[in-house]
Amino acid sequence: MTAELRPSFSACPACAAGPAASDLASRDKGGSGDARLMLSVPGVHCAACIAKIERGLMACPGVSAARVNLTLKRASITAAPEIDVDQMIALVEGLGYEAHELDASALRATATDQAGRDLLMRLAVAGFASMNVMLLSVAVWSGAADATRDMFHWISAAIALPTIAFSGQPFFRNAWHSLRSGRLNMDVPITLAILLAIGTSLWETALSGHHAYFDAALTLVFFLLAGRYLDHRTRAIARSAAEELTALEVPRAWRLEAGGEVQVAVAELRLGDLIRVRPGGRMPVDGVITEGTSELDRSLLTGETTPVFAAEGQAVSAGEMNLTGPLTLRATAVGSDTSLHRMADLVAVAEAGRANYTSLADRAAKLYAPGVHILSALAFLGWLIGTGDMRTALNIAAAVLIITCPCALGLAVPAVTTAASGRLFKRGMLIKDATALERLAEVDTVVFDKTGTLTTGTPTLEAPEALEPHALAVAMALAAGSSHPLSRAILAAAQQLCIGPAEVKDISEVPGYGTEGVWQGGRVRLGRASWTGADALAQTAAYLQMGQGAPLALTFADTLRPGAAEAVAALKDSGKHVMLMSGDSAPVVQAMAARLGIPEWEAEALPQHKAARITALAGEGHHVLMVGDGLNDTAALSAAHVSISPASALDAARAASDIVLLGADLSPIADACAIAESATRRIRENFQIATVYNVLAVPLAVAGLATPLIAALAMSTSSIIVSLNALRLKGRT
Amino acid sequence: MNILVYLIPISIFLGGVGLAGFLYTLRSNQYDDPEGDSRRILSDEWDDRPKP
Repeated sequence: MTAELRPSFSACPACAAGPAASDLASRDKGGSGDARLMLSVPGVHCAACIAKIERGLMACPGVSAARVNLTLKRASITAAPEIDVDQMIALVEGLGYEAHELDASALRATATDQAGRDLLMRLAVAGFASMNVMLLSVAVWSGAADATRDMFHWISAAIALPTIAFSGQPFFRNAWHSLRSGRLNMDVPITLAILLAIGTSLWETALSGHHAYFDAALTLVFFLLAGRYLDHRTRAIARSAAEELTALEVPRAWRLEAGGEVQVAVAELRLGDLIRVRPGGRMPVDGVITEGTSELDRSLLTGETTPVFAAEGQAVSAGEMNLTGPLTLRATAVGSDTSLHRMADLVAVAEAGRANYTSLADRAAKLYAPGVHILSALAFLGWLIGTGDMRTALNIAAAVLIITCPCALGLAVPAVTTAASGRLFKRGMLIKDATALERLAEVDTVVFDKTGTLTTGTPTLEAPEALEPHALAVAMALAAGSSHPLSRAILAAAQQLCIGPAEVKDISEVPGYGTEGVWQGGRVRLGRASWTGADALAQTAAYLQMGQGAPLALTFADTLRPGAAEAVAALKDSGKHVMLMSGDSAPVVQAMAARLGIPEWEAEALPQHKAARITALAGEGHHVLMVGDGLNDTAALSAAHVSISPASALDAARAASDIVLLGADLSPIADACAIAESATRRIRENFQIATVYNVLAVPLAVAGLATPLIAALAMSTSSIIVSLNALRLKGRT
Repeated sequence: MNILVYLIPISIFLGGVGLAGFLYTLRSNQYDDPEGDSRRILSDEWDDRPKP
């Protein structure tokens, strides 16, 4: 799967290289000199594969340790500094597995998931303590009295106090942060409930009272931490997969120096450097062509599919792809000055709009937290005035807080999002943002980009059977030697019709123009309109000139991505408004819209224009889903309510979008909307369940009838019901 | 009920041993590759001593 990814240019070479440089520096300081290499090995699947690869790598002199991680499908190698990554890749490929280099510095965050481990440790301590205290409490509930009860309460307190101090920290910290900024979130009632429960229980124990809530406080912490951990894991998995996509792109460039060409990291390029870009390579920096002619594919930047002619003196921007001839550039802007980077300003402006979204959980907390506090305060005051007994009043206030504590609410959202994200991940979708699912469920308008999103970006020859076979044979012969995408399309079409190449002699490729040769004594040319003497068509086309006749135009259509038609049809069926917005020329966009049955389209859209259009749609009250891959889409992706980009997209586009499609197929998009809607429905149901449970239990607590046993039972049942409801998540699988 | 004097410390101690064991596995990266570890046991390569 990873092998299909188009190598794309990193949006921010400087940020990728910053940690890499410091990593390099610290490695030098270390002195031992052993380097750590990371390979992505997507093909490993069994015990034999692990053993084979590890044995093969260890057999190589200079390798001191090799370990394959089957879960992440990676191999990490510790080796002497003279060992080269290419050497290791060749070795693994020699064993029969596909291997790719991973940029170790980009993966650093996942290697040691410190936050996840921290949460797991707190969860383990809370689990241990709550089980012990629960056992002691069972003895109390079943009738331990007097001195025995007091002893059990004291032991419970001895276990509970340090545990709460350690395991409760995430809640205390969050509550403190939100209080300091003057807001109320879920953590405020949680913290208050825990602290009040522990405080009154200690007081009760000291007075040898009947009721202590140590078990309730600990179970509360345990359940809530379980929810936090689920939430964290879902996000960590998505983040690690997204990081792997970035790490697969190791940005390198060939710099011309006195001694010849040297391969350097893109971040090391300076202004005025001469850089060689081979056919098929991407421009690493902005620059001016000093040598060579070629054609450029600018589709990732502008959405245009027709290759552009490039010759000496012409300016190029980072991210464009060189198609036919080798080019030498003089760098005019590097790193954060490149045009690629200026696009980031547009993104920052567009993103400001989205920050306004409040998640369902936060909205619930806004209603819930003040209500709980007021209720508990009223219960306290009522009992204080009614009985004049501080101890009873405080006990009842604590019971109300524990009963209403959003234990089920804490699980309501993470349990559902974990189930839904897991399902979507299996279908090849990566949810990068925590609230993306909720936002996806609200979508009513879908905007597609054309080039690279609905189409794969590789052209196919239109109606090859309508051409004369001998003309196609000549075109095939001329195209055979070239790596130009149009040439490869001609070759593929001819091979499908079982046509062999004509006998064309003296074939030579003229970079930037086309290919020419000699056929039956006459000169034949295949290439650009101006070069073959043809009138240029509005559509992507190559022109074939044979003898004296008028040149023949070979027209091309974009290849549809698999699943594009199904995705559009399914989205339209579910009542969503579908639009096509592209930077390409009008006839091409119109043809594509007609082919997919998209009613509304827009061509020659500039990046600002796309973003403005989406903002306008949002202003009309629509919730827009933007699907795009190019740099010209990044602003629109950030402006949209929610956005999806394919894995083949530029780094910048992937960073701007909420969901990344890992496979080449587009059809999961429609399912994703359905799953998201179902997930949001489950979240709402969970909130309703929690509310119903509160409505039933709160009167008991306020009336002073809630014992620790009832609190423990009610809390556990509601948590389990909510978790089970989350697992009912439906969606076409 | 004097038996409680022994039983409660013993039960808490045993639970604590389990907790310490879990924390040890957590600290020594034993949850980094759950899938790989479940398969590694099938290979007879490191049967004599654990892989470093």
